[in-house]
Amino acid sequence: MGMKSITKQKPFDEIKQQLDRFGRVYIMGCGTCATMTKTGGKEEVLDMKKRLEELDKLVTGWTVIPTACDEMTEVAITEVDGSIRNVHCILVMACALGVHRVSLYIDKPVIPALDTLFIGVEDSPGYFHEVCAQCGQCVLGETAGICPLTACHKGLLNGPCGGTNNGKCEVDREKDCAWTLIYQRLKEQGRLDLMRKYHGPKNYQVVPRPKITKLA
Amino acid sequence: MTKERAVTSKFKQLLDSGKFMVTSEISPPKGTNIEMILHHIDLLKNKVDALNVTDHQSSVMHFPSLGGCLAIKERGGEPILQMTCRDRNRIALQAELLFAYTKGIRNVLCLTGDAVVVGDHKEAKGVFDLDSVQLLRAIRQMESGKDLGGNDLDGAVEFCAGAIVTPEGRPIEPQLMKFEKKVEAGAEFFQTQAIYDLDNFAKFMQYARQFPVKILAGIVLLSSAKMAKYMTENVPGIFVPQYLIDELASAPKGGALNKGIEIAGRMIATLKKEALCDGVHIMAIGREEVVPDILEIAGLLNPSPLFLPPK
Repeated sequence: MGMKSITKQKPFDEIKQQLDRFGRVYIMGCGTCATMTKTGGKEEVLDMKKRLEELDKLVTGWTVIPTACDEMTEVAITEVDGSIRNVHCILVMACALGVHRVSLYIDKPVIPALDTLFIGVEDSPGYFHEVCAQCGQCVLGETAGICPLTACHKGLLNGPCGGTNNGKCEVDREKDCAWTLIYQRLKEQGRLDLMRKYHGPKNYQVVPRPKITKLA
Repeated sequence: MTKERAVTSKFKQLLDSGKFMVTSEISPPKGTNIEMILHHIDLLKNKVDALNVTDHQSSVMHFPSLGGCLAIKERGGEPILQMTCRDRNRIALQAELLFAYTKGIRNVLCLTGDAVVVGDHKEAKGVFDLDSVQLLRAIRQMESGKDLGGNDLDGAVEFCAGAIVTPEGRPIEPQLMKFEKKVEAGAEFFQTQAIYDLDNFAKFMQYARQFPVKILAGIVLLSSAKMAKYMTENVPGIFVPQYLIDELASAPKGGALNKGIEIAGRMIATLKKEALCDGVHIMAIGREEVVPDILEIAGLLNPSPLFLPPK
């Protein structure tokens, strides 16, 4: 299973409050990540439709865009143009990338129904973890493929803190200590010397925000 | 890191003299009522060789460490400024070091800091722009007259820099590797996480002795069997042997704290007698009042040489 945008449905009260001023709503889900995470697939979109109708909203229609974040979304939107022409807003049940994409093509208020938690992978059904913070300075070659910036609670670059606890992290007994994992793997690979390497302060401005870049 | 420096830290001079060192820590108030911390400073300042002031310990927002250290200076004590990397980025950390230096503070303990989520502002942003090793190196760089950006400082700093180590950390090897990184980064002294098993600690010291640093054993006062058990079960890197828990439990009703004082004093006396380490760092965690009692049992209730009249 590949990389996914991991999302969580917003508390319904928040969605309700954001839709307060709008009577006519169109719902868009996403057939990729949000379907896999069961936050914006067909089933969740239909459930949302029902809940909005219970609030006396007029749901003029719904669709599940194949991959909301890609440019084909423009085509998908053109196809449902009839049902969205007269709505007051679009409720998007996709990650923020999908919300962003939809808002490029529709000149109406676009409301997110989901919170985007992180970009991650699925370990086992329903369990996801973040693997990359897109920091712009990859250290995986020296950390046995485990990113200390994302897998360590404090993002430490020079080894474990005193909160490491028999392989677990002090902030959560269910979570692994990244530096214990890195240590074990480097040891297995005969590269433990890398644990002794000093890493200087990180460059947090590799691509200053807003992050825009032109690739050669 | 071996550059000759004029030593202006009185604490550092004592460290180098080979004296068995005694440090303790005090906690600033949550609020502006500084009566208690001033009382603790006056109670302890001449009984120990230096006093640490905690930096929002356990990520709970308090009056700042720097404020506590200034009060110690004003009242004639020797402060150790605890600095965590949790709440300030490299700009703020360096600025605080500049200010501390101008106020006569000469000792800094560099810590990564607890996670924000264990504290009382759980939604705050944890900074961790630097870590403890990088902070140690930052101090050494600032001593050379340059800031972390490579710019010239108009007036450098000079600190006796320390760090912490967890001799009972599990697994231990990564902890020791980090310890060595701290030594290489210029740490001059270590105050350890609480230790109770002196045999284990002796093994750690055998290893640590090969490095040119001073080790002050961490002594956390046990106030009851329940507290000892809780720490063993919940605080990473702290293991209280069962015989000590039993000893606390055997104390008469209301006597557990006295038993804890006795245990701490006894441990310190043993550490000193057997010359296991270079000193102790006493953490009484909210019971600073009893630190003199611990010192008395340890046979160390005499004024620090820093407070003896000049010969």
